[in-house]
Amino acid sequence: MSSGNSNGHPAHLAHHFSDAAQQSESAKIGMWIFLLTEILLFAGLFVAYAVYRSANTEMFYNAHKHLDIHLGTLNTIVLITSSLTMALAIRSIQLNDRKKSIKLLAATFALAAVFLIVKYFEYSHKFDLGQLPGKFYTYTGIEGSNPHIFFSVYFMMTGLHGIHVIAGMIAISWVMRKTIQGKLSSEYYTPMELTGLYWHLVDMIWIFLFPLLYLIG
Amino acid sequence: MSGHSTQENRHIIPARTYIAVGVGLLLLTAVTVGVSFIHLEGWNAIAAVGIASVKALLVALIFMHLLYDKKIFLVIFSTAILFLGIFLALTMFDILSRGEIYPEYEKTIEKNAVMYKKAEPAPAAEPVEDSTSDVQ
Repeated sequence: MSSGNSNGHPAHLAHHFSDAAQQSESAKIGMWIFLLTEILLFAGLFVAYAVYRSANTEMFYNAHKHLDIHLGTLNTIVLITSSLTMALAIRSIQLNDRKKSIKLLAATFALAAVFLIVKYFEYSHKFDLGQLPGKFYTYTGIEGSNPHIFFSVYFMMTGLHGIHVIAGMIAISWVMRKTIQGKLSSEYYTPMELTGLYWHLVDMIWIFLFPLLYLIG
Repeated sequence: MSGHSTQENRHIIPARTYIAVGVGLLLLTAVTVGVSFIHLEGWNAIAAVGIASVKALLVALIFMHLLYDKKIFLVIFSTAILFLGIFLALTMFDILSRGEIYPEYEKTIEKNAVMYKKAEPAPAAEPVEDSTSDVQ
């Protein structure tokens, strides 16, 4: 399977790399450094959570009971399963099984959509009740001072995470298109690998958000 | 499988390893939800973060291939976690040791400063009432 060009190296290999392995490694180093900045971006919100929780322990505990633990658990299961299908999609392309890879990518995309739909129902319920951040907070059923702080933290953390889910879906549909077009194979699948890394990071952040917000408050 | 011009250094992990990790993650989710219903005082938070860390480690090492890939990726990931730790630890040292140093932190803000009057253009009669009520 040598889809070579006139220079004698494969079309996917840029001329400034000595071989495909070096090219893929360079791409992955770049992706990991990007993921590092993503972790530090969320770190700011995790620290904000810790600071406000330590100052309002009682209120956080009372407020967290107003999050739906069933929907939170459902979304955790959905996202973990999507991470699994993503990992298996990469395995399939490594084995040059494009059809299976496309199916698994489609499953990952669908699960991401399910996550957002569940999130939509959670958000709209809170909008109806007025459990909103900062000055938009109008709900009166939570004991303790300044319960709007909890919902500021909740919406900022899950909101930024939700934006990442949407970005992940765009990336997944992009690699799915590339796979359908036959541009990815066992010889070259770096775009899918990088998308996978991104998607697993999104999953990993939710793994922390879920217990911190839904389980312990 | 001829190895020329392919993405080398790759490691194809058996499907059952992935599925085992996925099932493990779902079981740990069940455990963390279950534990949250038992009242353990401060230990609830430690259990929740502990279980989440184990889950995150499984995702990073197996799903993200850190266990099998070049170790430079593991170094980059660890650096991120290290600095997250420094950020969190130093901030909390500060926040958690403040109350005793500044007892006035507990007091409510007395809105006598000029900036508060600018912010809310109240009726002209109000400032007089304010100054009498402050005397108590």
